[in-house]
Amino acid sequence: MLGFTLKRLGLAVLVAVAVSAAAFLLLRASGDVATALAGEGARAGDIENIRRIYGLDRPLVVQYLDWIGKMAHGDFGQSLYFKTDVLALVRDKLPTTALLALFSLLFALAISIPLGIVAALHPNSWIDRACLALAVLGQALPNFFFALILILVFAVMLPVLPVSGSETWANFVLPSVALGYYVAPPFMRLARAGMIEVLASDYIRTARAKGLSGASIVLKHALVNALVPIVALAAVQLGFLLGGSVVIETVFALDGLGYLAYQSISHLDLPVTQAIVTLLSFIYVGLTLGADLVNAWLDPRIRVG
Amino acid sequence: MTELSALPVLELVGPSPRALLHRRLWGHKGLVISVALLTLIVLIALLAPVLAPYDPYAQDLGRRLIPPLWYQKGTWVHVLGTDNLGRDYLSRVLYGARISLLIGASVMAISGLIGTTLGLAAGYFGGRVDTLVMFTTTVRLAMPLILVALAVVATVGGSLWVVVLVLGLLKWDRFAVVMRAATQQVRGLEYVAAAECVGASTLRIILGEILPNVLPHLIVVATIEAASAILLEAALSFLGLGVQPPLPSWGLMIAEGKVYMFFSFWLIAIPGTALAVLVLAINMLGDGIRDVAAPGGGRA
Repeated sequence: MLGFTLKRLGLAVLVAVAVSAAAFLLLRASGDVATALAGEGARAGDIENIRRIYGLDRPLVVQYLDWIGKMAHGDFGQSLYFKTDVLALVRDKLPTTALLALFSLLFALAISIPLGIVAALHPNSWIDRACLALAVLGQALPNFFFALILILVFAVMLPVLPVSGSETWANFVLPSVALGYYVAPPFMRLARAGMIEVLASDYIRTARAKGLSGASIVLKHALVNALVPIVALAAVQLGFLLGGSVVIETVFALDGLGYLAYQSISHLDLPVTQAIVTLLSFIYVGLTLGADLVNAWLDPRIRVG
Repeated sequence: MTELSALPVLELVGPSPRALLHRRLWGHKGLVISVALLTLIVLIALLAPVLAPYDPYAQDLGRRLIPPLWYQKGTWVHVLGTDNLGRDYLSRVLYGARISLLIGASVMAISGLIGTTLGLAAGYFGGRVDTLVMFTTTVRLAMPLILVALAVVATVGGSLWVVVLVLGLLKWDRFAVVMRAATQQVRGLEYVAAAECVGASTLRIILGEILPNVLPHLIVVATIEAASAILLEAALSFLGLGVQPPLPSWGLMIAEGKVYMFFSFWLIAIPGTALAVLVLAINMLGDGIRDVAAPGGGRA
């Protein structure tokens, strides 16, 4: 297990370095920072001055090393639009987005696992088909459109939940539903397929032969084994939810990292954009590493292979 | 009477592969519905200039926010009403189909070419090529797709082709992963070994022997990616950092209608429904092809 852990850790570090470099190059290559810094109507001389002062005239590799070196020491630079320290800005908004992603994941799991189990217990029945229809619809409905419909329903017809802002816990309900519904279908398909496979296995037949009740078999014996692949998917989806928060946070004016990303991208605030993209990449690498290790711990075949 | 004498023979031989394929295709309800829907949408996109009653860009500020036919104040003059600039909504929705289909098809083509090449190479050659491709794919997956796409489109400047290029260059990961796995399965089979023994070139083996046999997987991934590209473009345009006005992108139309949605719900409901129907049809097509291509697969 130690050897496997070290190998995976090394790979994760390599991926993290590569992804930070790729994101850096991609964002630098697509636009000129000096022009953005100088603002509109700047003269060519001013832009050249800015280029020299900020060290933008150096080779990209040097700039990248400089940037990553400073970041390692906690210096993320200054925001061009908010005129404050990037690290403080990001640290301020991260908890909101982390909560949103977590609530969305919990909501997705809370609807997909029971539905997946019910569908697996009655394959090809009308319940199974209804669950499938719900999943297919979830994947087809644009999540920002679904979010707007939620706003309409809860602002006009059922004014019990706030539809904008981020002051109270209630502010998280609608964004979590809108974001979570979109990632629920893959979980449901996985839970259904896993349950069908496990229910057909020998040890479930043994459990039935021993005279255990249906509920006990499903919940105690089958579900635990069907859950293993869901752990890995949950890690990947959590990373996706963090990135996807940009759309939902903007719709609900939820003041988190996604909304900050939207604001800084629209104002070409490169230091903030760069910091958020890199941070989310690192979180994703960390999550997949964690899922890999949990899976290897659950299933010894993985760490040998 | 000739039919009668032919019957027993037919039953012995069984239906021809072609007849079997037809039976499978037509027997799958979801597949038939999705093909019909998609054909309809493609026809709408192609015939938009003929079908649209008005110029989708023509503004008429005297005829702003007219509701669609099924509202009390609706008229036959503007069947789906007008938007906040008095543009005919039916015409805009019809032209919008062109943008979504164009995005879906072009992004799928670009990312499919990149991802399939990488996946085939990784699966066929293995070893270092495989390691390199898998590493690159992992790095790509670690980047938050929508944020990177938004940032690049924002700095380069939003336009239809920038969106197509950015999404096409970013979204190849699923193609690479699935094509690699499928190629690895086929790679060890006898007909590949046979082609190698005969002395066929590597390129010929990959394109002539392997690619046709992993094609069903490729088509299924292509449908998933086309649908996802359409939704992503809609999201980018909705945030104002994708396709730019006055183009009638469905995502952009939802963004423009957002301010008026409390009193003019149709402004977001119509393009939203159009997007959902198109994506639903593409997803159903992919599910159907997967069912039909599976061994012994017929119905769902």
